[in-house]
Amino acid sequence: MKDRKLIFELSREGRRGYSLPKCDVPERDLGELLGEDILRKEDPRLPEVSELDVIRHYTNLSQLNYSVDTQFYPLGSCTMKYNPKINEDVAKLEGFTDVHPYQSEETVQGCLELLYNMETLLSEITGMSRISFQPAAGAHGELTGLMIIKAYHENRGEGHRHKIIVPDSAHGTNPASAMMVGYDVVEVQSDERGCVDIEALKDVVDEDVAGLMLTNPNTLGLFEENIIQISEIIHGVGGLLYYDGANLNAIMGMARPGDMGFDVMHLNIHKTFSTPHGGGGPGSGPVGVKEDLIPFLPVPMVEKKDNKYYFDYDRPLSIGKVKTFYGNFNVIVKAYAYILSMGAEGLKAVSQNAVLNANYLMTMLKEYYDLPYDRYCMHEFVLSAKKQKNFDVSAMDIAKGLIDYGFHPPTVYFPMIVKEALMIEPTETESKETLDIFARVMAKLSKIAEEAPHKLKDSPHRAPMRRLDETRAARYPILRWENEG
Amino acid sequence: MSRYIPNTHADVQKMLDKIGVSSIEDLFIDIPKEVFLDRDLDLPEPMWEMELQSHMEELSKKNETVKRNICFLGAGAYDHYIPSVVGHIVGRSEFYTSYTPYQPEVSQGTLQAMFEYQTMICQLTGMYAANASVYDGATALAEAAKMACSVKSKQEVLISRAVHPHSREVLRTYARCNGIDVVEFDYEDGRISIDDLEAKLSNDTAAVIIQTPNFFGILENLDGIGELVHGHDALFIVSVDPISLSLIKPPSEYGADIVVGEGQSLGNPLNFGGPYVGFFATTKKLTRRMPGRIVGETVDADGKRGYVLTLQTREQHIRREKATSNICSNQSLNALIAAVYMSVMGREGLKEVGNLCVQKAYYAYDRLLEIDGLKAVFDAPFFKEFVIDIGKPAHELNRALLDYDIIGGYDISRDYPELEGSWLVAVTEKRTKREIDMLAEKVGELL
Amino acid sequence: MEIKENLKYSRDHEWVKIEGDKVYIGITDYAQDSLGDVVFVELPEVGDTFDAGDDFAVVESVKAASDIYTPVSGTVVEINEELENMPEMVNEAPYESWFIALEIDDPSELDSLMDWEEYQKFCEEEEA
Repeated sequence: MKDRKLIFELSREGRRGYSLPKCDVPERDLGELLGEDILRKEDPRLPEVSELDVIRHYTNLSQLNYSVDTQFYPLGSCTMKYNPKINEDVAKLEGFTDVHPYQSEETVQGCLELLYNMETLLSEITGMSRISFQPAAGAHGELTGLMIIKAYHENRGEGHRHKIIVPDSAHGTNPASAMMVGYDVVEVQSDERGCVDIEALKDVVDEDVAGLMLTNPNTLGLFEENIIQISEIIHGVGGLLYYDGANLNAIMGMARPGDMGFDVMHLNIHKTFSTPHGGGGPGSGPVGVKEDLIPFLPVPMVEKKDNKYYFDYDRPLSIGKVKTFYGNFNVIVKAYAYILSMGAEGLKAVSQNAVLNANYLMTMLKEYYDLPYDRYCMHEFVLSAKKQKNFDVSAMDIAKGLIDYGFHPPTVYFPMIVKEALMIEPTETESKETLDIFARVMAKLSKIAEEAPHKLKDSPHRAPMRRLDETRAARYPILRWENEG
Repeated sequence: MSRYIPNTHADVQKMLDKIGVSSIEDLFIDIPKEVFLDRDLDLPEPMWEMELQSHMEELSKKNETVKRNICFLGAGAYDHYIPSVVGHIVGRSEFYTSYTPYQPEVSQGTLQAMFEYQTMICQLTGMYAANASVYDGATALAEAAKMACSVKSKQEVLISRAVHPHSREVLRTYARCNGIDVVEFDYEDGRISIDDLEAKLSNDTAAVIIQTPNFFGILENLDGIGELVHGHDALFIVSVDPISLSLIKPPSEYGADIVVGEGQSLGNPLNFGGPYVGFFATTKKLTRRMPGRIVGETVDADGKRGYVLTLQTREQHIRREKATSNICSNQSLNALIAAVYMSVMGREGLKEVGNLCVQKAYYAYDRLLEIDGLKAVFDAPFFKEFVIDIGKPAHELNRALLDYDIIGGYDISRDYPELEGSWLVAVTEKRTKREIDMLAEKVGELL
Repeated sequence: MEIKENLKYSRDHEWVKIEGDKVYIGITDYAQDSLGDVVFVELPEVGDTFDAGDDFAVVESVKAASDIYTPVSGTVVEINEELENMPEMVNEAPYESWFIALEIDDPSELDSLMDWEEYQKFCEEEEA
């Protein structure tokens, strides 16, 4: 079989795909204007292709992806729910896409009003006092939130606090973000119920603790039932509680991070509020804080006075800017539209059905797969392919096997505290029929694992590609195309 | 129920039966009573689709746009033409409703497109390897500075005052909590002051950061800077406008170790500031120190060429607190936009865009300087943007120009008090001679 | 699993070959087997100094990165640059794939290392 071509390999000298205006001003010599020695001697080797070449090439590429619009995509921790089309439509309105970020405030009142309203909506949903939209993604929100925590402690003359506590089940971004703001990471283990081990927590807590980062429900899909106690322990030594919003889809309208004692949080707009994941981004990771931390939020904040909206840059204690301009505005537009379509009742139904779907699927699957924490889950759950491993079939083999049945695999090998982890998040937008078929396929794969393991070790067979050699890619990195001629 | 939630009442009942509970609330029993929300959220009544559409249209119409007005505003975000093709490709939901390509067998579309994007960034910058994008130009720059400090085990970076003010601010925010000192060196006649750079450069310097074209639109002459910086065992970080690289010497030729920049101008809408896309490229030696996702080529079990995320041990999901950065999400869809844009423009088209920008910017510059009272501020070559002294606050002129449907240049005194009364004017390939003439005419009348 | 008789071993599964006041350090067959396919080895620079117990190198597989610790103190006098281009050598020939040569500070530190028989027993216990 022939290799699929790269756009560069379609290039033919002299072929054109662009349309540009003629130069209608007197044209001058570039060398004279800019200086010969500053000019490029050799052109960048971009492809020379026709418009149809581009359309066909990328359309064909798109068809090699599994996506929410084409497949069930139960990728745990990622909330791969349906992305409503009306949200895409309204985000494409010229009044949102064709606005320059440096236009004067009186010419961007619509954008500012949207941000202002959105802040009110998200504050109500989360129980936070104020929210900044500047962070571009979840990890960026964590970074911003931790900077705020650091600034808060320093302002109180407690700059010595250097520890951030993270559970052993945490997303890798938590310890990495703590490292990025110069904190030392202290890991606390989980107990046999899959939650933060309270005794272990007490052991690591002292006056050097700046804060604790917690995902709730946590990455096992379990609600931290001792949250009140955890909050008391951390606040008791003057630390702050950080909420990782990755799993907010489980609790909207049921409980709010602000009421649980969290002081700072980020939201993953592209998870909870249905904006598309875009093959890995753009996301949006707004940061919310309680009253005491408002002064430290990034600049600028949107304010309203005499029915006019404006940017407030006069925030002397602010951590500064974490991104150019005001965040991933166009992503916020989509999420705003989503919240307005859903309303309070709709968002509550989202969480209730996300949790119902997850429990239903978990109940069906625990017959075939090991369920390390056998209790009601929230919006997702973690299985282990431990039983299948006895037949030398790994979580990865099960994942690849699912591909042949037209399903995107779950998250595998995370969280790290579960061996051979399969982390499944069905979301509320999937129907019972889809979950039933998925459960039947998972049961079948477990049977194949026992009877004909080699079939799974070889899978996928019906995907656009067979299994790819990741060792080779990492050993001998080829990170760009080079003309062989 | 909502049109986005398919469960019927009958479904719910069957599912509850299977689970063995009597109501959905029973599944939430782990939430302690004290934090259980005992009221409805106070949100507006849900809107039906048409109502939502009208509401959003109404909001959007409260904004002036670069479509309804003639835009001469740049300062880091540019009104370039976006070919129709771009929207059609990124509008394919197989691209926009997929996620991070963790499962390469069913993500070749995204992976190959990112590999092509990385290749194009390498070709423009002349560097060995590029990542699959970061949040924006400013965070790319901050990440680069942090990477340099970690590579060199030093805690001081020098940055030109002619770098975009937002980039410098973001750098300071990132640096502060890591104990990294950010030292600015001055400019002279619109370009970096070599004297000031030499005075501040020392063996404590981990990196020197320069932008070209700089915030004033001026092309820096960076020959010899690489040697100077390397002479102090520091890394040379250059921030560039990718469109300028169709005409201008790539940073690899003057010794750059890391090249970053804002990729918005490559086909991304202005979007009131985001989402944009930061690109990040480096040398072979430093590839494994780069932050962010990277796509690499390999083969599948049949020996067929394919692509995977690679060198992942640098990243947070493997190395946690020892990772090169905490970054997880990239700006994949915006990087795809950039790749499609560069494909459709191609080798010749991108050069033409660059040339049109230069020609029209110089024409506008000359036209404006013909006006009495307007003065040149710097005497150095520029790309698509220039600073001009209008002798009065720029925001006042801008307000007046808006009456003629013109969005004027940037009031540069906001960031450079010494440039009071100066205006940063951007001219892209979209502006016509007639529009530029009209700008000159109106400015002449108004001043 | 292969164990060489002429080498000394640490509890972190490094082998040490003694040549006067210089030692060569690598990882054992047992270690390479449990790490899986090695894709990259990050080495220190000549002239770096380490105390016993410091991590001096990183061995990477596709989805993991493991620190390698030196069992003795000293100064790096040679590094095996071949490993940077051929990381698979660590899997294929672990006892030929030395990482660094160290000029040791204190020869008495070598006394705490295991000989091959002790190490064999140690591995058997680890397995159990």
